[in-house]
Amino acid sequence: MIQFFFRRFFHVFPAFIGVTLLTFSLIHLIPGDAVELRAGERGIDPARHAEMKAEMGLDKPLPIQYFRYIGNVFKGDLGKSYVTKKPILEEFLTLFPATLELSLCAMIFAVLFGLPAGVIAGVKRGTPFDHTIMAVSLTGYSMPIFWWGLLMILFFSVFLGWTPVSGRLSALFWIEPQTGFMLIDTLLSDEPGAFKSALSHLILPSIVLGTIPLAVIARMTRSSMLEVLKEDYVRTARAKGLSDRRVILVHALRNAMIPVITVIGLQTGVLLAGAILTETIFAWPGVGKWILESIGRRDYPAIQGGILIIATLIIFVNLGVDVLYGIINPRIRHTH
Amino acid sequence: MSEMTSIPLENSAPPHPLKEFWKYFSENKGAVVGLYIILIAVFLAVFADYIAPHSPFDQYRDAILQPPVWMDGGSGKFLLGTDDVGRDILSRLIHGARLSLFVGVIVVTLSLAAGIIFGVTSGYFGGIYEVLVMRLMDIILALPSLLLALAIVAILGPSLQNAILSIAVVVLPHYVRLTRASVLSEKNKDYVTASRVCGSGPFRMMFAVLLPNCMAPLIVQATLGFSTAILDAAALGFLGMGAQPPTPEWGAMLANALQFVQSAWWVVTFPGLAILITVLAFNLAGDGLRDALDPKMKR
Repeated sequence: MIQFFFRRFFHVFPAFIGVTLLTFSLIHLIPGDAVELRAGERGIDPARHAEMKAEMGLDKPLPIQYFRYIGNVFKGDLGKSYVTKKPILEEFLTLFPATLELSLCAMIFAVLFGLPAGVIAGVKRGTPFDHTIMAVSLTGYSMPIFWWGLLMILFFSVFLGWTPVSGRLSALFWIEPQTGFMLIDTLLSDEPGAFKSALSHLILPSIVLGTIPLAVIARMTRSSMLEVLKEDYVRTARAKGLSDRRVILVHALRNAMIPVITVIGLQTGVLLAGAILTETIFAWPGVGKWILESIGRRDYPAIQGGILIIATLIIFVNLGVDVLYGIINPRIRHTH
Repeated sequence: MSEMTSIPLENSAPPHPLKEFWKYFSENKGAVVGLYIILIAVFLAVFADYIAPHSPFDQYRDAILQPPVWMDGGSGKFLLGTDDVGRDILSRLIHGARLSLFVGVIVVTLSLAAGIIFGVTSGYFGGIYEVLVMRLMDIILALPSLLLALAIVAILGPSLQNAILSIAVVVLPHYVRLTRASVLSEKNKDYVTASRVCGSGPFRMMFAVLLPNCMAPLIVQATLGFSTAILDAAALGFLGMGAQPPTPEWGAMLANALQFVQSAWWVVTFPGLAILITVLAFNLAGDGLRDALDPKMKR
């Protein structure tokens, strides 16, 4: 098991190095250099230009610059934002809980509805029920989620007036951030109604962000169930006289879950990309909105750092899924 | 009994591949609907200049935010209403079909061509070259597609061309991996060995012998690639990182829509509906193609 883990770990290491190379070259591919960017349109005299370049270490050969960059990355130093002058890692970490909270809720929503829908569609294959679920999930899969978000606001916030349009919490409350997760922070605070406000702000963005994962999970669960229901052990279980419920929920679903777990893991990337759109629509103060704004402000260290952290995160989530997969299924652990 | 004795003889010959393909494809009703929608979209895109009732750029100052024809205050002049500067939404949508399909065609062509070249060569030659190519593709796959596309646009600057280029890069790994996998499974088959014995050079081996036998999954992926390309281009346009105003691009049309959520629902609704229907059509057709081209699915 440990050997399997290390083999997987060394497999992701080149990917991590590759991502650092990518983010490192990002800053060198932009037209003009970092000094000119900082100086802006005022321009800068050549002597001061060379001086600043030397200060920032940009006069060294590229390989040396790269190793210095890598060294700093491992020390947790991702540079400072051009705009706020704060360290990138600090900025990221203050915003990340908001994105994590939203993504987790979106994923819970997706699994909660996608999994049963997929199971039912698989069990009742070929019925109108199955066709409806599959049609709805293909529509969800094809959904431009930024538009979906606008529609949700149009219907639930404007037309019905049920939910707030944007943000994480009503302006009536001020909650001192403790964990960064608004749901937990509002529970810990003794402000009445704050938790309800946080929850109502979270519902629409979670549904919007969870739509595509929901569709993917439903489709995957259905096809996985169809595979498993054909297996001999399901027939054996039926022959033993077990109830339909037990055969489906215990014997079939447990084995059908293996590919579904992988798909859930792979949705991390989809969620983080979707977060850029969802956070923009709902003015959700998270990492996705921050990266988009950084691109707009040409704040290159922030873009560079943000991409590096998110890519690393995804690489490690995928590693986690791989390892989990190996734990569930010994056959995978022992093949190369 | 009489039915059994009169088995028609012509059935023993295999049907023409295209005929057989259509037989399986048309069994899937959704796929056929998708195909028809795609054909309509292509028709609208090609003849947009003749079909659209107005120019997509003309601003009718006396008809700003006019509702669709069936609502109070709507007029037959603007069937789906007008936007905040008085442009006809229907005409912009029709011209938008042209842009979206154009994006799809260019992205799929670029990524398919590059993907085939990298995929076939890495599958055929193997070795350190293959490792390098595949690791590079792994890195691209490790990043969320929209984030990577945004990063590329951040370097190159926001425009439709750069959006197309960045989406083509982002989807490239799918084609490379798919082509390589097919080449690897075909490489050791007898017909390939026979061709090698006959003295075929590497170029001929790769592109004339192997590639035609690897096309089925690529065709499916290319069809589904249209939907990804259209969706991503619209997302970039929505974020202001793709097509720039006043281009009638569906995503860009929604960029400022948030402020009209309260007052003019038609500005918000129709462009997104156009994206959804088009993307759904390509996904339906792609699913149908997969079923029709996959020999394992055939009974």
